[in-house]
Amino acid sequence: MLTAKHKTGLIFFPAYDWAISPTHPEREERLLYTQDQVFEEGLLDIEGIIEYKPNLVEIKDVQRVHFCAPDERSVMTESHFISAGGAKTIADAVMKKKIERGFALVRPPGHHAMRVVHGGRGFCNVNNEAIMIEHIRSAYNVDRVAIIDTDCHHGDGTQDIYWHDPDTMFISLHQDGRTLYPGSGFPEELGGPMAAGTTLNVPLPPYTSEEGFLYVIRELVLPILDQFKPDIIVNSAGQDNHFTDPLTNMHFSAQGYADLTRLLRPDIAVLEGGYSIEGALPYVNVGIILAMAGMDYSNVKEPGYDHNKLRQSEQITQVIKRTCDTVMSNWNARELIRMRMKSDKKFDKRRRSIIYDTDGFYEHQNETIRICRDCGGTLKIDSTSDIGQHILAVHVPRKACSACREQGFEWYDSASETNYDMIFLQNRVDDTYLVRRKS
Amino acid sequence: MIIGLDVGGTHTDIVLVGENGLERKIKVPTNTSALFQTVLTGIEKITENIPYEKITHAVLSTTLTTNAIVRNKLSSAGMVVSGGPGIDPEIFRTNEHYFIVSGAIDHSGREIDPIDKNQIEEIARRLKSQGIRHVGVVGKFSARNPDHELAIGKILAPYFDKIFLGHRISGLLNFPRRIATTFLNASVYPIHKEFFEAVKSSLNQKGISIPIYILKADGGTMHFDASIDFPGQSVLSGPSASVMGSVAFAPEAGETLVMDIGGTTTDMAVLINQVPLLSPLGIEIGTYKTLIRALNSYSIGIGGDSVVRLEGNTLKIGPDRLGPAMAYGGSTPTPTDALFVLGKTHDESGDKNKSIQGIAPIAEKLGLTVEEAAFEIFDLACQDILTAAREMIERINRKPVYTIKELLTGYQLKPRHILVLGGPASYFAEHMEQISEFTVQRVPQWSVANAVGTALSRTTCEVTLFADTQKGIAMAPEESFSTPIKSNFTRKDALELGYDLLRQKALQSGANIDDLDLDVLENLEFNMVRGFRLTGKNIRIKLQIKPGLIHQYKMITDKIAAM
Repeated sequence: MLTAKHKTGLIFFPAYDWAISPTHPEREERLLYTQDQVFEEGLLDIEGIIEYKPNLVEIKDVQRVHFCAPDERSVMTESHFISAGGAKTIADAVMKKKIERGFALVRPPGHHAMRVVHGGRGFCNVNNEAIMIEHIRSAYNVDRVAIIDTDCHHGDGTQDIYWHDPDTMFISLHQDGRTLYPGSGFPEELGGPMAAGTTLNVPLPPYTSEEGFLYVIRELVLPILDQFKPDIIVNSAGQDNHFTDPLTNMHFSAQGYADLTRLLRPDIAVLEGGYSIEGALPYVNVGIILAMAGMDYSNVKEPGYDHNKLRQSEQITQVIKRTCDTVMSNWNARELIRMRMKSDKKFDKRRRSIIYDTDGFYEHQNETIRICRDCGGTLKIDSTSDIGQHILAVHVPRKACSACREQGFEWYDSASETNYDMIFLQNRVDDTYLVRRKS
Repeated sequence: MIIGLDVGGTHTDIVLVGENGLERKIKVPTNTSALFQTVLTGIEKITENIPYEKITHAVLSTTLTTNAIVRNKLSSAGMVVSGGPGIDPEIFRTNEHYFIVSGAIDHSGREIDPIDKNQIEEIARRLKSQGIRHVGVVGKFSARNPDHELAIGKILAPYFDKIFLGHRISGLLNFPRRIATTFLNASVYPIHKEFFEAVKSSLNQKGISIPIYILKADGGTMHFDASIDFPGQSVLSGPSASVMGSVAFAPEAGETLVMDIGGTTTDMAVLINQVPLLSPLGIEIGTYKTLIRALNSYSIGIGGDSVVRLEGNTLKIGPDRLGPAMAYGGSTPTPTDALFVLGKTHDESGDKNKSIQGIAPIAEKLGLTVEEAAFEIFDLACQDILTAAREMIERINRKPVYTIKELLTGYQLKPRHILVLGGPASYFAEHMEQISEFTVQRVPQWSVANAVGTALSRTTCEVTLFADTQKGIAMAPEESFSTPIKSNFTRKDALELGYDLLRQKALQSGANIDDLDLDVLENLEFNMVRGFRLTGKNIRIKLQIKPGLIHQYKMITDKIAAM
């Protein structure tokens, strides 16, 4: 009988009745052929592969991560509650040791959703991984988490949420932002003054193939994880680096994804993008599931796969090596970089505009963080969107020192309802979420 | 009148049901070495002095194929399997005559690799020289495109007596199960055929010409003639016989748990509004996971003859049976012995003193009187069965669903009623009701419920239809059906087509036109978008004739209940 070496849990939620629009890549049909392949291979009959039914996330789970304007129900559909709920369900099963590893094959995806949510961007509304991670941090004894984002698009939402968190290592491998949405994710994006170096970006040139991806995993990601020592490794498992993906320009393969998974050994993988629904997803997902279960995947090959034809050029290899060297030296210099960023400032500020391409508007943010030597630092975000909401969002981090806590309360209490539509206090120390609305 | 005949391990129950309810019932010993003889004797005896014109048909539930599989007495069938990319098909090897050949089809039914004619011819010659006469052919995704299986089958045909093609056996996607199911069909074919021919010719000789049906694991029947191409369908019909025998006594609306408490095991199934719940994929028997449609039944190793033992100071019942109860000459105490001690059973062929002797050492170790210990055993047996029942319900409710609507409006089973049958059941019923949230009721005439259920079951079948308007084709490979369709083909068209196929299939399988209770199992439609343009629709329809009783049943079962 076929037995998994590692007991592996699966959530399969294809949401066959949900689409952004009828011809949108994020539509009902997306996981249909993946289901066919998973069923036909008999993966769910394998001893040690267990399928779970997703639970819905609760509003409280969302409020640990996001500031939703005007509120959660306005920016989330049922499908978002189930998708994030799938990630949460699989994480619970891992934490309770019912399974060794888990893979949430859910849609819609989440890694472009930032801390403040006014609507949908990059097909994402709420961040499935972040909601899952903050849930397990609250419910179990989990502190240090690493998220390796292998979607072809930069995981700018996850990056934003963990930008100031020194206990969350976020590494994103993606197609160079100069050639693809969302246009960010360069090596110099390293995180805020208290957390520089726990955000790392590895932009890869178009047509990067197996060799390039696996090089980054072996030479950069694994050594850094060895040093970071996470309690949990999460893989944002986007599948759009595939050579047949219609939205991207990479040369990755089902074998490559399976190898990557075997090397990375994630505790939890969560599906992100991937829109080659017939040519790639069925094979990539079977490869990932087998790799997670510690089983042989050497014969999982998509039609048209030719290792030699897909090989990257020597020039690409050199670019990737140089990028890895830069990223590695930034990692090694992180303490120095943090010191320099903090200098003798009391507060650090950043100002940016964020595009919500899926819903079609802009958000403008002014973020202020308290420079702190004892914790990740309390922060506030003053945010307006083109569609009318003006909010103030105060975040007190999970391990905030008393000074940062006080600062957070002070910001929240002193803000005037006449200036804002909503004022939020996300207090991760006490796990509470307060809202004041314009009367 | 209808004959229902249920072959059991030691004896065979035969009933004759008709307008007077249970017209006759008899028991004959099962002759396992000549099962057809048992069947014949049974039919002869039950129809004594009754003209055959008055018999409309007979339904048989036999253990023939089940026993062959469980006892590993399968004939050696050959298997020709084409896998293509994915898990190595070598892992699913069924026996020594298993050959992996080239050829591959993808999930959309496109050919990835062609088959190699010469390779198959060579295998055919080799298998033939080894004396193989029956061969199964299975390709991955043959349920999406059967061309390779058909081509391989055609090459093999001149060499062998019978070829079984995977796509004809089930419309479901599951390659390993399709391999196992096709193999089982090919392997039980000779014994089923021998039995079939023996029964037919003996009946003919005696001038008995009544239509014969067999009972299937899904609680439905199939005409004997149709079963020759699908002998695997007769596997594990035993549990469905007693479930179908209970259907009429379950409330018309609501959920009911059926429990057949036997000597070795307790088998459980669920009825919703008198319709049995089917298992999602199929029977699991021995080491085989199959696509043979079956009731969602669950078996635990607790019955009247289960071994009672102490582990430390904790009582344990089952899951094994080492022989009969001590009251009947066995060597280990059992729940049946507890019933003797408690005076709940007064069967004169049993020896209560032997039961007391068996339970006394347990009582001593527990510091209880023999009666107290017997009660503990009795109570634990009831508790264990109830716990297993709750677990089964929970497992069914945990089954994943794939749409938001199903998840949010998710139907959750919460049965509050249990129907029991089987030897010890009548003694357990009252106590089970007292200690649980269930109402518990006995099936009237439970000792022949299996044979009555066999007699009254209707013919069932299933059709899977797949339409792709981009490719312009609608197909049901299981029915050897495919037709070109226009780009404006709709889900409604697909349903109509599906209903036609289902009706045809049901009538071919021997269904009565009045018993076609059609039911939609799956009804999905997807926009197919290629290059950001809508290029077609992918429609998936699955229809069934629900398992249930024939339309005349109520007249018969009402009389049985009143007996």
